[in-house]
Amino acid sequence: MRSKTAILIAALAGVHIILLFAGFVAPYDAATQDRELPYAPPTRLHFKDASGFHLRPFVYASKLVLDGDQAGTYQEDRTHAYPVQFLLYGSSYRLLGLHGASLHLFGVVEPAKILILGTDGYGRDEFSRVLFGGQISVAAGLTATLIALLAGGILGSIAGYYGRWIDESLMGVTELFLSLPWLYFLLGVRAFLPLHLSALRTFFLLTSVIGLIGWARPARLVRGIVLSSRNRNYVLAARGFGASDFYILRRHIMPQTFGVLLTQAALLVPQYIAAEVTLSFFGLGVSEPVPSWGNMLSALQQYSVLVSYGWLLAPAGALIITSVLYGYLADTLHSG
Amino acid sequence: MSYIARRLVRAVLLLIGVSALCFLFTEMAPGTFFDEMRMNPQISPETISALRSRYGLNQPLLVRYGRWVQSALHSDLGYSIAYNVPVAPLLWSRAKNTLLLTITALLLTWLISVPVGVWAASQRGGLLDRAVTLLSSFLISVPELVIAVGLLAAVVRWRILPIGGMRSSDVEGLSTSGKLQDLLLHLALPTVILVLGETAVIVRHVRSSVLEVLDAPYVQAACGFGIKPRRVLFRHALPVAANPAVSLLGFSLAGLLSGSMMVEVVCGWPGLGPLMLEATLSRDLYLVIGGIMFSSLFTLGGGMIADILLLALDPRIRREGSDAQ
Repeated sequence: MRSKTAILIAALAGVHIILLFAGFVAPYDAATQDRELPYAPPTRLHFKDASGFHLRPFVYASKLVLDGDQAGTYQEDRTHAYPVQFLLYGSSYRLLGLHGASLHLFGVVEPAKILILGTDGYGRDEFSRVLFGGQISVAAGLTATLIALLAGGILGSIAGYYGRWIDESLMGVTELFLSLPWLYFLLGVRAFLPLHLSALRTFFLLTSVIGLIGWARPARLVRGIVLSSRNRNYVLAARGFGASDFYILRRHIMPQTFGVLLTQAALLVPQYIAAEVTLSFFGLGVSEPVPSWGNMLSALQQYSVLVSYGWLLAPAGALIITSVLYGYLADTLHSG
Repeated sequence: MSYIARRLVRAVLLLIGVSALCFLFTEMAPGTFFDEMRMNPQISPETISALRSRYGLNQPLLVRYGRWVQSALHSDLGYSIAYNVPVAPLLWSRAKNTLLLTITALLLTWLISVPVGVWAASQRGGLLDRAVTLLSSFLISVPELVIAVGLLAAVVRWRILPIGGMRSSDVEGLSTSGKLQDLLLHLALPTVILVLGETAVIVRHVRSSVLEVLDAPYVQAACGFGIKPRRVLFRHALPVAANPAVSLLGFSLAGLLSGSMMVEVVCGWPGLGPLMLEATLSRDLYLVIGGIMFSSLFTLGGGMIADILLLALDPRIRREGSDAQ
């Protein structure tokens, strides 16, 4: 199923590129609040007005109309239409974290707003936050996977290559890690770290903890491969020619583990994204005002929000798309 | 039973390993429970250092670990700093609810996944098989948190089930069967969330282990002798396929415990999960360690049960055990 793998990889690449250029794709900043627009529903795109049909969609400015002690309803001001524009200048952001920019893929002129997925309780654009939050969550998943595979790969090769007591003790430790319910363990390790940290430090501590807890499974897989290829003739030949252990591992044994490690990566990335999301959902991960899919979802812990403002489930949707793409990729890599 | 004894020794060693690991982590971690107190100008530094020595936090690592082991042997597992009571009874009162939830979910998961997995494998490539494979690979990919939040949203919106806690506020007036019904209604949502996530995993494993056995030469031979497919499946294939599936039991319990922790927090089920989260937030060291110990104890217990089941089901292991003697 090569074509299926290609399609999945292309779709995943698309997701990552959109997240990488979140500042460009998102019409607004992730942290800018608009207290006039709390829990605004998604903006409706219009094609028809009094003068007939327009090919270019347009929106109306919305305003919160309070009626008595009710929460109020949003009403469109139909007197002035704001056409959706492409490639216009708006809020500034840093492209790839380096280059200052303010060009956006699409948007409308103030005072109208284009809120594809509505706003949250502080009037922040949910669509922009899903994109910026995705940057954090997916980056956490990728970094943690990298750490887990590096640690697992190195320790697994050492265990498989040197064997005997090194192998036995290392495999004993993997068993220890595998026999623990990971979420309890993760929460436990999180408990030993300081509660209040800067966003950047939290991010790195979190990803390394998630990654270091997950090293056991890749280590076992790598160990199996190394063990079976350790006594192959070409390895023995290389040793006969005087190759060092490090050279043999790097040149002859490690390349064989790449396939397994790749499949593991496709399997682990969504798991670790979910781990970050779960921790942030609990309030133990990346904290406000930096958005992540987890801390965005944690607003839904209030039942009233959960029921009334369905569009705030958007991060869950983004999470499903990412995870399912990765899951299918892992499936096709594994079977093919 | 030397096989069981060996397993038991291994489980105890693992528990010791887990606790040692926990203490190592506490040693490496900066900050303690009392840091928050230090911010408070009303509490003098002398009080804090008195408290520290009272809870033994000023002792070196090995002394603390030794004391903790001693207290674990007295089934206390240390002292909760926030609740000011021994950890084990506190945890046990919550662990019962977690066990109720996870064991219900575990039984339901296996009751659903074994028949479905076997059925799907028996008609490989058929419509049902493909549907099961597709659905399970979708459900495996969807994070459990999303399943939980999604189902919760549906339940809250349409008021299908009661939410939060284990029982309704007016439960005292009800008869015994009424109380049971109330409990089951509260149990339904968290169980369904857990079962959905875990069944997808187990169905796959059951299906693939049955498929593997169906490809084995002896099954092909049985088919060649003209034995009916149904009899081949149930008499020849299933007993062998049971081995890898049963050894999954321990792992599935570990998965369920992790899942249940999240589900408990989301649904407000008063199990270990919310307590553990609270302890993490207040940095209640011994309570956190106790929670990890309880959860690993349950996981290892599940593994032991799986091992005993394997011993009963698989004659190869029994023989191996007697060989070792």
